[in-house]
Amino acid sequence: MTTSLSRRSLLGRLLAGATGALATMAFGRHDMPLQGAMPAVPPDPTKVPGGPTSVLGARSAFESPERILFATASKTPLQDLHGTVTPSDLHYERHHGGVPGIDPERYTLLVHGMVERPTVFTLADLKRFPAVTRTHFLECSGNFTPNAPENITPQELCGMTSQTEWTGVPLATLFREIGADPAATWFLAEGEDAAVLARSIPVSKAWDDAMIAYAQNGEALRPCNGYPARLLLPGWEGNTNVKWLRRIELASEPFMTREETSKYTEALKNGTARQFSFVIDARSIITNPCYPERVQPGWIEFRGLAWSGRGRIATVDVSVDEGATWQRATLETPVQTKAHTRFRYLWRWDGREATVLSRATDETGYVQPTVRELVEARGPGAGPYHLNPITGWRLKPDGRVLFRTEPWA
Amino acid sequence: MRRAGLVLAAMMMCAGCDAAPPHVAAQRFGFGRPATAAEIRALDIGIMPDGTGLPAGSATAADGAPVYAAKCVACHGASGEGTPVAPRLVGRIPRDAFPFAQSLALQDTKTIGNYWPYATTIFDYVRRAMPQNHPGSLTDHEVYALTAWLLWKNDIVKADAVIDARTLPAVQMPARHRFVRDDREASTRVR
Repeated sequence: MTTSLSRRSLLGRLLAGATGALATMAFGRHDMPLQGAMPAVPPDPTKVPGGPTSVLGARSAFESPERILFATASKTPLQDLHGTVTPSDLHYERHHGGVPGIDPERYTLLVHGMVERPTVFTLADLKRFPAVTRTHFLECSGNFTPNAPENITPQELCGMTSQTEWTGVPLATLFREIGADPAATWFLAEGEDAAVLARSIPVSKAWDDAMIAYAQNGEALRPCNGYPARLLLPGWEGNTNVKWLRRIELASEPFMTREETSKYTEALKNGTARQFSFVIDARSIITNPCYPERVQPGWIEFRGLAWSGRGRIATVDVSVDEGATWQRATLETPVQTKAHTRFRYLWRWDGREATVLSRATDETGYVQPTVRELVEARGPGAGPYHLNPITGWRLKPDGRVLFRTEPWA
Repeated sequence: MRRAGLVLAAMMMCAGCDAAPPHVAAQRFGFGRPATAAEIRALDIGIMPDGTGLPAGSATAADGAPVYAAKCVACHGASGEGTPVAPRLVGRIPRDAFPFAQSLALQDTKTIGNYWPYATTIFDYVRRAMPQNHPGSLTDHEVYALTAWLLWKNDIVKADAVIDARTLPAVQMPARHRFVRDDREASTRVR
């Protein structure tokens, strides 16, 4: 009995795998025609017995959202997603030494330096502490493509932002446990990857909302997102959220690691270089419709994401006349702090060329800037980090949706 | 004293917002085990700008040249000029100008000599992450040697300068005075 069930399950998986491969071929690239091989389904699914149960729920063979790959990063298909949570296997990646293989039974986190009790925690130890579960976005600060062409998708433009329901232990709990020295103002967070990536973080963030996360959307972290445990600093640039966390050292000064000096700093037009620029400024993007979709005259619901590292999104405004006038979009509730917030704006398109923009404002009153405002404030070369300009799409009379190109400087 | 009071207040505030209720917050859970001195020594590789963490040993640029040629040249080029797979390491801009905000195209010209604010960062990074195909494989002497060679190639120290735990933190980097702390959150204006 058990054997026959297993066989059926195996057969089902083989079939699903075969159709999945076909679907990948059919949907692999957005610029390929969608005609051709489609998964085989019965003409009337009510007239044949359905498929078996399975140990893992696979996506429909008709659905194949994928990250796009770069040498040290992959990007989330923002335009293929709904709501605000990013499925774990579609969370963006950015690695500095590849994805390490770590045995959770051998994993340890060392906390030492300016503490009363230098301590080694196992993964089981971390899970014994009172846990918190919070939903936050995580974004690489180098998440914009200046001078992007009109045939670019949201994923290609800024797909290094994702949102997760994280579970872990507040760093404050750990710091109380080991007796953090009140004179400690910074801590080094270090990963167990080949880059042994390290960042200096103000201790104040630990007392605020930092956590050591071991779960992502209800299950263990994915290896590419820090398995078995990572630092999570809500609202702060992705690089500081050190994955595969193996060591925390409390100190009275920052360590000035490579990532916080030669990288992840912004040279400004006044001749300075801005350092420890942690917070992600408020931002939004319309994710649908977008290139390469086609639209028809009539009602269109523009949908997008807005987020801010400083707190909650207060409002999102949408312009259908390239910024001449702005209308308030609807925010999907609950609007959470330091979290992707879904916005919607319903508009009746008359079929004439129109340019649609979105602009986020957060609860501190910070307003998402234009490209020109960013360049004027910082200088045209002040990148590639923390670029969060207003962007949009042009609806063409033939129904094409093209990215609104804008020279960076 | 004032500082300790502030931290205590922060801890108490935090007790209200995380999972530990107030009656628990003042106590310890007793999870984890004490770290031994050997365990700490094995992982404690961070180097601070004042030299804290630097190991014993010393080297000059002459020591570094063969190490660079053997282990770095494939990715960073013969003289640290960079290749498509690894950044440029060497180069100074005349009069130590700092033009990087003028164009995104200048990102690739940020070198140790014209951008890195602390010499200790070279030792820290090379030891923890280089070379990319054998990370963490260099001896402390090799790291001192490469640090000396990179500083010499960037015209920051003389060819015969001895780099060690005492001299490295004292090296004055040309861009050091350029670096400022982020002030964006002090305002709602675009900064």
